[in-house]
Amino acid sequence: MEFGLSEEQGLLRESVDRFLDDNADLDRVRRFADDPDDRGDDIWAGLTELGVPAVLVPEAYGGIGLSALDAAVVAEALGAHATPAPFLSTAVLAVAALRLAGDEAQRGEYLPRIADGSLRIGAAVSELAGARQDAGVAARADGTLGGTALFVLDPDADAFLVADRARRFHLVRADAEGVESTFLPQVDRTRRIAEITFTDAPAEALHSSDPDVALQVIDLGRVVVAADTLGAAQEMLDQAVAYAKQREQFNRVIASFQAVKHLCAEMAAEIEPSRALVWYAAHALDEVPDEARLMACHAKAHLAEVGQFVGKTATIVHGGMGFTDLLGLHYWFKRMGFNRQILGGPERVRQEAARVQGLA
Amino acid sequence: MDLSYGPQYDAFREEVRDFIENHRDQAPKGQGIRSEAVRNWQKLLIQHGYAARTIPAEYGGHGGEPDILKARIIGEEFAVAQVPGGLGSQGISMLVPTLLELGTEEQKRQFIPPTLAGEMVWCQGYSEPNAGSDLASLRTSAVLDGDEWVVNGSKIWTSTAHLADWIFCLVRTEPDAPKHQGISFLLFRMDTPGIEIRPLVDMTMAGNFNEVFFTDVRVPKEQIVGSRGEGWYVANAILGHERDTLGDPNAALTRLNRLVELMKTETVDGQRAIDNPAFRDRLIKIQARVTAMRFNDLRVLSSRLNDGSTDTGLARMITKLQATELRHDLEGLGIDVMGEFGLMYGKGPHLRDQGSWQNHYMYFLGLIIGGGTSQIQKNIISERGLGMPREPKAVIPAEH
Repeated sequence: MEFGLSEEQGLLRESVDRFLDDNADLDRVRRFADDPDDRGDDIWAGLTELGVPAVLVPEAYGGIGLSALDAAVVAEALGAHATPAPFLSTAVLAVAALRLAGDEAQRGEYLPRIADGSLRIGAAVSELAGARQDAGVAARADGTLGGTALFVLDPDADAFLVADRARRFHLVRADAEGVESTFLPQVDRTRRIAEITFTDAPAEALHSSDPDVALQVIDLGRVVVAADTLGAAQEMLDQAVAYAKQREQFNRVIASFQAVKHLCAEMAAEIEPSRALVWYAAHALDEVPDEARLMACHAKAHLAEVGQFVGKTATIVHGGMGFTDLLGLHYWFKRMGFNRQILGGPERVRQEAARVQGLA
Repeated sequence: MDLSYGPQYDAFREEVRDFIENHRDQAPKGQGIRSEAVRNWQKLLIQHGYAARTIPAEYGGHGGEPDILKARIIGEEFAVAQVPGGLGSQGISMLVPTLLELGTEEQKRQFIPPTLAGEMVWCQGYSEPNAGSDLASLRTSAVLDGDEWVVNGSKIWTSTAHLADWIFCLVRTEPDAPKHQGISFLLFRMDTPGIEIRPLVDMTMAGNFNEVFFTDVRVPKEQIVGSRGEGWYVANAILGHERDTLGDPNAALTRLNRLVELMKTETVDGQRAIDNPAFRDRLIKIQARVTAMRFNDLRVLSSRLNDGSTDTGLARMITKLQATELRHDLEGLGIDVMGEFGLMYGKGPHLRDQGSWQNHYMYFLGLIIGGGTSQIQKNIISERGLGMPREPKAVIPAEH
């Protein structure tokens, strides 16, 4: 019996942390945020050397073939550094869709290129976690796509994974005719999203038409998003504690005031059980299929709440400085805010959790 | 991540299940701790190694090897079967481990066997009216007079004092020493002349604890655990033990399942509570917290199994705080889904689950306070877990 990360998983986390510490610090994140032409290619290239895009790609397709828990470990590191990278879209959602819904030829064509970092795939899947008025994509008999996808993750990718209204996946080249992308400015500038309109856009349907496959892809995405929040929340707590230990008022460091200490203790008390929940939810995706969807829902919804609490509380511990752009604490605050909404906000996801158990 | 217990443990689990199935008719059904039924059940459990499992046979235990997983399996199976497990009195859960570690051979032989058997019932004399969270400031004094300690002072929150044969009690024996170094750990009979017990009714109106007053209570000199002035350290070993046992994620899970059943049967305007989206959302929120605490507990357990190879200090420290707050919230939702029926209490019509939702709602508020308040827990988490400095000592103004 061992509940926790393996030694290899610990090393994976360390190697990603070390690379990001050295190459993707807050200054680098700010440059990405300020420059729409910056795709963060240097960051993705470095992560590719560590095998990050290849984590979930099977060895037969040039990947490392690791587990969902390994993907969660990487996501924790990315969240901790507020890293701009197409990990969720390309390395998680697209890889999972190809593995679960692609045929042999499709897997053989795309997975190796994802693993070696040469192919980035944005994800137009928000319909799967919440259909909106005047949006949605439909596939035509000739294989082309029509309609609008909202909240497309990583629109500066080379291609898109598109979920249609029948929950079937398609791949569309970004430069294909009839694909029009409109950047959607939003609060978390470590991520980019767009609204994409497809007008008779040529597409390649993934082989499987089983609608449950799409939901399995979302389950994995939700756990990875929860892990990203876990990493970001831990980082905000660490920063709050460090700040409180050096900031002096009334001739004492503010970390010696119980009013401040208790805020930090409350954050730790929320984060610790969340860590166990996220790890178990990731483990369940591969090993406990009966619980996988429920645990993915719990992880996503619970971390949304914990992220909101920690984002607010850690900012308060920093006082006025937390509110400024000087420290950049808000990058994590906003990242967790983004994570809260994508792939289903907590109320919606809890509704699903109830349904999974036959309670709704 | 490997969550299997392994085949030898699966076999052990079967053994425990068989035992419970074959003996459940002998289990006590609500009789008090002084009953024959409870003592017989305890004896049977010790015999089979389901109580006092790792305590040496020479002291009345089962004499088994320590095995955290087996202990866990026993706890799980008795909880699932809703059959009472071994006695969990303060004497057994707190005093016995302390005596095993710090008692003299004579004390072990005198006190452990009857305590395990349920024949010797203990109460704990720690808190005082003016020494709660700041326990080390306690003032009950013991002065050596010949071969006897003479104890004067009072204790509060003393549950089972009215039922107990003996008390394990913190007293100040070195008034001139720094406060943590002036305390001793005494054991004495509750029928010693000079002890007065006054019941203190708690807000549930169902259970009660007591105030205990000592006036020139004479205690044989050798009834001390550890040396003079070491009482604080003796007691601290047990307090850590108490915090570990307060958060039982299996109990929370059992209660959560009961809540789901309640929500399926309670209706307002013809709508079941479970079909009310607001209630359902609260339920699933609490379910996520219960789930997170279950795995937090598993993570801590696993770290202990693997010789603490992974650092789970914080995960352990937050347990008492989170588990008690969570149970209070869970029980409160049970009341809310019933609305006015949730108010029913005491003996009367329309009572659901014997009034347990109100009772537990209040009881867990008591546990948020008792055994180290949530505020004290937050001090511990921030100081020991996050490395934040202690609040500086207040400057006491000089008297004029």
